[in-house]
Amino acid sequence: MTRILIRNGTVLDQRGERRADVLVDGGVVTAVAPDLSASADDDTAPLTVLDADGCIVSPGFVDLHVHLREPGREEAETIETGSRAAALGGFTAIVAMPNTEPPHDSLTTIEFVRAQARRAGLCEVAPAGCITLGRAGEHLAPLGELAAAGVHLFTDDGNGVQDPALMRRALEYARPLGIVLAQHCEVASLTKGAVMHEGSCCSHLGLPGWPAIAEELMVHRDIELSRLTGAPVHFLHLSTARSVQLVRAAKAEGLAVTAEAAPHHFTLTDELLRTFDATYKVNPPLRTPDDIAAIKAGLRDGTIDAIATDHAPHPPESKEAPLDQAPPGMLGLETALALAITELDLPIADVVAALSWKPAAIAGLDARHGRPVEVGEPANLAVFDPTATWTVVPARLASKSRNTPYAGRTLRGRVRHTVFGGDAVVIDGVAQR
Amino acid sequence: MKHLLDIGDLDAAAIVHLLDLTDHMVEINRRPMPKVPALRGKTVVNLFFEDSTRTRTSFDTAARRLSADVMNFAVSSSSVNKGESLRDTIETITAMGVDAFVVRHSSSGAPTLITRWTNASIVNAGDGWHQHPTQALLDCYTIRTALQRPTGFDGLRIAIVGDVKHSRVARSDVQAFTALGAHVTLVAPPTLLPPDTSGWPVDVSHDLDALLPDLDVVYLLRMQRERMRDALVPSLREYTARYGLTPERAARLAPHALVMHPGPMNRGVEMAVDPAELPGSVVLQQVTNGVAVRMAVLFELLGSGSDLPADTETGTRP
Repeated sequence: MTRILIRNGTVLDQRGERRADVLVDGGVVTAVAPDLSASADDDTAPLTVLDADGCIVSPGFVDLHVHLREPGREEAETIETGSRAAALGGFTAIVAMPNTEPPHDSLTTIEFVRAQARRAGLCEVAPAGCITLGRAGEHLAPLGELAAAGVHLFTDDGNGVQDPALMRRALEYARPLGIVLAQHCEVASLTKGAVMHEGSCCSHLGLPGWPAIAEELMVHRDIELSRLTGAPVHFLHLSTARSVQLVRAAKAEGLAVTAEAAPHHFTLTDELLRTFDATYKVNPPLRTPDDIAAIKAGLRDGTIDAIATDHAPHPPESKEAPLDQAPPGMLGLETALALAITELDLPIADVVAALSWKPAAIAGLDARHGRPVEVGEPANLAVFDPTATWTVVPARLASKSRNTPYAGRTLRGRVRHTVFGGDAVVIDGVAQR
Repeated sequence: MKHLLDIGDLDAAAIVHLLDLTDHMVEINRRPMPKVPALRGKTVVNLFFEDSTRTRTSFDTAARRLSADVMNFAVSSSSVNKGESLRDTIETITAMGVDAFVVRHSSSGAPTLITRWTNASIVNAGDGWHQHPTQALLDCYTIRTALQRPTGFDGLRIAIVGDVKHSRVARSDVQAFTALGAHVTLVAPPTLLPPDTSGWPVDVSHDLDALLPDLDVVYLLRMQRERMRDALVPSLREYTARYGLTPERAARLAPHALVMHPGPMNRGVEMAVDPAELPGSVVLQQVTNGVAVRMAVLFELLGSGSDLPADTETGTRP
């Protein structure tokens, strides 16, 4: 851990916005004040100076929804390459989804993921646990054992827990453990063979549709199960207008529900599937302009707490297939901030909240991430230029895969530096490890 | 025209042009020696990822009558699952020297994807539930000749009856028939219609009997048994009772009305009469015209103006 001076930036956190330099030493923030250059020079220890002219200095971002593919699918992504993509996207912590092979349903796998993440040293990786063994929706995973080992978020992501009785028991069992169950909302019997949003576009293309109701029924069910059990539920990647309404109403009633939305669900529509390009296949699918408007409104009024990428790498050969044969998913880590700045009509403070301290709290990472930029706080920071424009070039992404739907798009907002655990892991847009 | 992927890519004039060209192919097919050298030296590959003996045979016959060299690849989806990707299959066969691929695939959009990986022309011979453009052309040709409508279908009333949702034939026919000016009504229970047809230039009805006397064409779609599994209809018996062409319904058709079917028929289900006993049945003409239409399409894609098939009797050229 080196000494780092972040100079000439604007600090933005949950306490507000102010012009200040930030000094980091020994993994913590040691000074936040205007013009710290002179006092930093007094010390003889080596100093890394990060220029932040025109930039925002904020708590590091936290992604609630990342597929790192390791163990099992290392040809698509590894914990190291995914961590590097995260760091370049300004994330200092990411929640790794449990749909690996083997899945995160044992301490062995959880500890393996953590060890690989420590080895990479680019961001904190918090593995989410499975709700059910093997994500098969039949038997509960060892929630208590994993909770005792520090796992906070549990999900069968990729699958929704179909059986309402099992989901009820899981929530009842989870409540005293202080953990959060996160649901991939999809009633599977309504989405058999589905490859895209059910609507006029799929009708024209002759592709099986994924109806909005398949998500909304499970959102509704789990709101009611949260009410019944008193246990919190987090809704992953909401994609439909009606889902946003349901969560808004549940929050108005004071229920313990939270929600996230992915950038592709507030930027892209199902019309893109007319190209038959599987880059645009994702689950839940791209939907309509009305749904996009509702997701944006949900982010604006706080119904949707967090922007989470659902970063889902796939190698080119698997995406170069007909839509019904290609796997769903798209990259997200390196474009999330820019899409939020470019496409959401939100104050920067709200964008940072949805990327940082709000998801940190949901993930139970708020002791280390999403902290105010103040003396004594852990030095997990993102420094980004909200006005810089750049063009997405898949070959330049750090992810091992190339399946971004934004190739060639020019976006506004770029991460310049990322400080993780007191180390500058990204300097001027270049990963240092 | 480089490819034929989607009948929606053709406007009325382009469809009529292909149908005019088909007239010449029909003439060739009537000759004692139905073969011309128009595509000599061209290589056409029939690449069928889904079994279809009749469509493959029709394309095969069409290509041979134009003197093209024909290769047939029947790629069962199981062998694809063994490892070779669609891209590798296409690039491998392209490397042998190919002028056109005729592609049948169970996945909607597969022929469109294939255009990325080869310079050869692609003819879509049916992809998933999406498109079957040569079927639409042969259906148009059949209606045009049987009802003597050489320039268009203005005022014709056509009902497409049955499983529109899962039908590439219906999607293609709707576009072609309406492009030529016909008035199309889809007739099916809501479970067999696509989820949203609001943008389609058609009417939707659930009552075949009300439409029958006014129809110029009743187009029956194949009713697949697997639809019962998905609870889309209660039983074939109920389907036939409500939507099948029974003798009673056939008797209420106008005398000039055509009965069409893309084949293979389910006798006793959607075709609950013997088509041989229906004066308006043109089911076999559809098959005959299929060869001529596919000749016209292959010629349009691969022919070079200088080797047009001359009409030997009159000496005219199309």
